[in-house]
Amino acid sequence: MKIEIPIMANITATGQQPEYLFWVGCAGAFDDRYRKVSRAFTKILHNLNVSYAVLGKEETCSGDPARRAGNEMLYQMQALTNINTFTKYNVKKILTICPHCYNIFKNDYPDLGGHYEVINYTQFLQTFIESGALKITSDRFADKSITFHDPCYLGRANGEYAAPRKVLEAIPSTKVEMKRNKSFALCCGAGGGQMFKEAEKGNKEIFIERTEDALETGANIIATSCPFCMVMLTDGLKYKNKEEEIFNYDIAELIVMAMEW
Amino acid sequence: MIKQSVFIAITIFSFGILVYSLLRVYSFLKLTKDYKTGPLGKRISITFMVAFFQTKILRRPIIGLLHALVFWGFVVILFGSLEIIIDGFTGLEKSLSSLGFVYHVISISGDVFSWVIFIAVGIFFIRRMFLNIKRFDGIEMKRRSHSDANFALSLILVLMVTLIWMNILSSAMNLEQGRTLYPINALFGQFFSSLDHSILMDAYQINWWTHICVIFLFMNILPYSKHFHVFMSIPNVFFSRTEPYGKLPNMDSITKEVKLMMDPNLAFATPTEPVAEIERFGVKDVEDVTWKNYMDSLACTQCGRCTAACPANITGKMLSPRKIMLNLRARMKEKAPRILKEGKSYTDDKSLLRDYISTEEIWACTTCNACVQECPVNINHIEMIVFMRRFLVMEESAAPTGLNVMFSNIENNGAPWPFSPEDRLLWANDLTTN
Repeated sequence: MKIEIPIMANITATGQQPEYLFWVGCAGAFDDRYRKVSRAFTKILHNLNVSYAVLGKEETCSGDPARRAGNEMLYQMQALTNINTFTKYNVKKILTICPHCYNIFKNDYPDLGGHYEVINYTQFLQTFIESGALKITSDRFADKSITFHDPCYLGRANGEYAAPRKVLEAIPSTKVEMKRNKSFALCCGAGGGQMFKEAEKGNKEIFIERTEDALETGANIIATSCPFCMVMLTDGLKYKNKEEEIFNYDIAELIVMAMEW
Repeated sequence: MIKQSVFIAITIFSFGILVYSLLRVYSFLKLTKDYKTGPLGKRISITFMVAFFQTKILRRPIIGLLHALVFWGFVVILFGSLEIIIDGFTGLEKSLSSLGFVYHVISISGDVFSWVIFIAVGIFFIRRMFLNIKRFDGIEMKRRSHSDANFALSLILVLMVTLIWMNILSSAMNLEQGRTLYPINALFGQFFSSLDHSILMDAYQINWWTHICVIFLFMNILPYSKHFHVFMSIPNVFFSRTEPYGKLPNMDSITKEVKLMMDPNLAFATPTEPVAEIERFGVKDVEDVTWKNYMDSLACTQCGRCTAACPANITGKMLSPRKIMLNLRARMKEKAPRILKEGKSYTDDKSLLRDYISTEEIWACTTCNACVQECPVNINHIEMIVFMRRFLVMEESAAPTGLNVMFSNIENNGAPWPFSPEDRLLWANDLTTN
């Protein structure tokens, strides 16, 4: 069945009020690889009959990369613009994939008057799995082992280590932890604006160091839940010439692949 | 009587110097900017967890447990030191013994901890001297940092040796009492009980005086040492933020400006409040930091757990979160006395940013919070780094090229990459539920 993406302006014009704003994020909208993650998560939303809408052309950067890079002026312009949009559509619950957007909505927007219930998609999936509404039907990953890379802005920044693991737990497969995991996890190297600039001089790239952690586990699949981590670890696999044998998928993609929809 | 007078004089003198040192630090703190603290209840529970239960230092379980034992031991032995001071002032002996059962518990634990601390500090010494612990090194770790650490450890060893001897000799003089108050050291005490009482008493007095004088010496060295953390850690944890690590403090001065820009009507309205003094955006030098940032630098023990966890440092970049704290403290020590003397306009043509901390270090941070997570005393390194980035970006437009491109993309098309907002829904083309 074809999916018609519900757009906030159109839905509210008919007098309806979607329960969630699904914040797609810039990577989810523009990055070729990460678009697949947006598509996967949208499939889940539709199969679960979730009431949601996206902002579409009205969506604009949350301001996270600007803020962490020190451009407070630009961040606040973005944030206040977004808060105006959220107010216009009476947004109460925001669903994000990107942990950077999740963090900034949840922790930084309240200082500017934007108070929302912000839900990361891993937490959202966890509730549906725990309620039994989302049941993994296939065992296509049964002979695979998966290792999860904690994104800093979901993990240390917000203390959420359980949700992504609970979701992966629901997929029949072997799970292996990297030696540095949860609050000890090593960053992929892309946060704080690093995604957009050359790395400072050193003796190694951070994403290679982290890819080595993942390879050490012997896992067939590296699961990520952040667009920046995905870029970094996918690059790491290429650098190590492992991209033919080891794959980097987002948690939402793994769920969709494991379902028989 | 002479002993009492000498003791009172030494005590007053020592505390006098300590008060002077602490007031000096306080006058530095007053040069800094405001910092909003979180709800009290939450801060009390954080203090219990992080300070008293040592949850963060225990993230490295083995060496963490040794530190925790030393900390808990110090808390117990502090009562003993308090008693020594009261005894010294009043000329009494074991002046707190009227506390009865509590006194017994404290004395017995103090006796056990005297050995626990002695052994733990011995291990710390061996680790520092003979094992090559990577996190004890780094560009910011000078010879002085190491001698500072070794000197403090030596003083603690002297304190424990004298305390152990005091308990042994006290037991030797009164075995029955010794066995109830100092069960461990009484075991050694019995070997000396046949010695002449006056010899035992003299030996006891020597240890008593050495012990209390080393305490006075130690407490006056602390404010000038990395071991200031003995005083500053608990307050620093108590004042640490209560929000998730991912949060950054808002710049309210900018909010006003941005709101004016976004609503032209406001710009022409008569200002309701007087125009405030134009403040510098971000941190360039020590007077731009908050008092909590400065307190962080005073609480830093240079343990290096932050730097050991830093992804930039691990991969050979210049950044070391510990260095930022060391630099902040050193620069404050250099500049604050001059500001206090010559007024706020004092300048020496140097600044924390650039002369102490290079922009290369500042830009290498991924804001991953690994340093913040590891810090046993809840230092917030990321905040300092972002504050300095704010200065570089908003006062000097001195961001690396890639970041400037990202900024202008967000300004022009609302995304960090050069894509049109018109294309924001292309990802959803031809999407089906199966």
